[in-house]
Amino acid sequence: METRRGKSFYILAAVFIAYVLFLYGPMFAIFVLSFQGPEGGLTFPMNGVSLHWFYKVFEGNGVVNIGAAFKRSLALGTVVMLITVVLSVAAGMAFRKGFKGAVVLFYTAIASLIMPSIITSLGIALEFRLLDDVMINHANDLGLGWFAEGWTTAMGLFTSGLGAHLTWTLPFGLLIMFAIFNRFDGRLEEAARDLGATPWQTFRYVVLPIILPSVVGIGLFGFTLSWDELARSSQAIGSVNTLPLELQGLTTTVTKPDIYALGTITSAVSFLVIFLALFIIQALQARQKRYGSDAGKGLV
Amino acid sequence: MTKDRNSLIAWLQAGPMMLVFSAFFLLPLVFVTIVSAWDYNEYEMLPALSFRGYTDTFEGCIAQLPDLCTILKTYAKTVKLCFLTWAITLTIGFTIAYFLAFHVRSKTWQIVLSLLCTIPFWTSNVIRMVAWVPLLGRNGLVNQGLIDLGLIKVPLEWLLFSEFSVVLAFVHLFTFFMVVPIFNSMIRIDPKLIEAAYDAGATGFQTLVNIIIPLAKPGIVIGSIFVITIVMGDFVTIGVMGGQQIASAGKIIETRLNALQFPAAAANAVILLGITIVIISALTRLVDIRKEL
Repeated sequence: METRRGKSFYILAAVFIAYVLFLYGPMFAIFVLSFQGPEGGLTFPMNGVSLHWFYKVFEGNGVVNIGAAFKRSLALGTVVMLITVVLSVAAGMAFRKGFKGAVVLFYTAIASLIMPSIITSLGIALEFRLLDDVMINHANDLGLGWFAEGWTTAMGLFTSGLGAHLTWTLPFGLLIMFAIFNRFDGRLEEAARDLGATPWQTFRYVVLPIILPSVVGIGLFGFTLSWDELARSSQAIGSVNTLPLELQGLTTTVTKPDIYALGTITSAVSFLVIFLALFIIQALQARQKRYGSDAGKGLV
Repeated sequence: MTKDRNSLIAWLQAGPMMLVFSAFFLLPLVFVTIVSAWDYNEYEMLPALSFRGYTDTFEGCIAQLPDLCTILKTYAKTVKLCFLTWAITLTIGFTIAYFLAFHVRSKTWQIVLSLLCTIPFWTSNVIRMVAWVPLLGRNGLVNQGLIDLGLIKVPLEWLLFSEFSVVLAFVHLFTFFMVVPIFNSMIRIDPKLIEAAYDAGATGFQTLVNIIIPLAKPGIVIGSIFVITIVMGDFVTIGVMGGQQIASAGKIIETRLNALQFPAAAANAVILLGITIVIISALTRLVDIRKEL
């Protein structure tokens, strides 16, 4: 193709830069504003610089317990990440072999991805409500009285909440696995088999090392999507709140920069996870280059 | 190794994911459909066949014709916001994808710039919404700037908690869903086709319309499905950016839920689902999703 940059390049580059500013500008505005002085308000100009609002967040402003929500979201995000990685890699391997029902699972995942979140959330809420109703009012008829004794609700962070998050993260994990295996050279597996490797050895010593950087990517999606998830959790999380739900609640009540401080802290966790993941991916790719001869060339 | 054993292993590998989807996605959808046809009173649902959820929703709609009743007005507004968002995200998303696919030549730069577009997607949506407040508020940067420039005398009120700010936030949050699939389609276009068009004397615009857009169509359709389904069902963005004042299809469901009218909420969910399915099936006629990954 042509070697000189045309006029269109500079126009499009300007559009791209404008888009990036549009993406990041507002976020950086609140990062800056979260360092407002104690007298500062919700908008510019800055009224001094301090960590006042960060202290306020950690003290708790009496309305909500941010620290507890923070820990809950962190724990849930970690569990969602691990489950997403394991189930996605396993299912991805199954799709490579092919199995009855593969098409059904694929379209179920797509449907789960694009289903309006409020519908999924409502459905899970109904499911658990009906379950609770059965356990509380009809357990004896079913001979489950011993089990249902003292039953209050099955809804919770690691039951309905976890399920709600997985309906959102698993489709991403599966799609990433598809993208990986579309670019994967199947002859490597055949070669391993011909050399006498068992299926597990083939996976452990051939497939996994090659796909590992992308698997870290699945983990990144799993954690960050759960950490920030709001719409699907809204009805399905039970009596406790995750951090994004607390934040959403604060948008209507808080008129001080402590919401920005909380936003800065939340984003800091996101950025930390993102850069950690990218760093690990980089390191793994560098390692592949060093040891892997031509392995991984089909994977970018 | 026999074929039977192989397919058994495949089943064990795919089974857990299928179980999760069955328990937390398919079964809940069944419950939504069943409960939508139940009766209810002020505080609980009653498991008896009744279509009150539906009839309450459309109450008075026929009597009020030709004026639109609340529910139809709400849907009209949701569709309008959806269309605006779709048109803007498509335009921006296509331009950005085009730049990344055809103007950025080194692979490294392509990865770096794509990452730059992706990173905000991994951060919190609520925070990205709240972030507009200091810019668009009555005393925000935009109003101050316009006043300082002498362009306006009183602050503009429609910048925040309005349809404008809702669409702005949608575009801000969801253009990503357009960029990725369109970029993915464009990157597979054989550069030789574009060279051939150039050699045959096509202008840049002709190449764009006759070669790039048709070949990027699958990406455009997939991106459109994402954006349209997200916006149709949204209640968080519309809530936060509309100052809880703007009604939408998703917000109706939320309102009914807060009033503990589960069958009514479920009926509205079924209606929303029906409309979404119609839109998606119309769009998927244009493209085979499975082939595009």
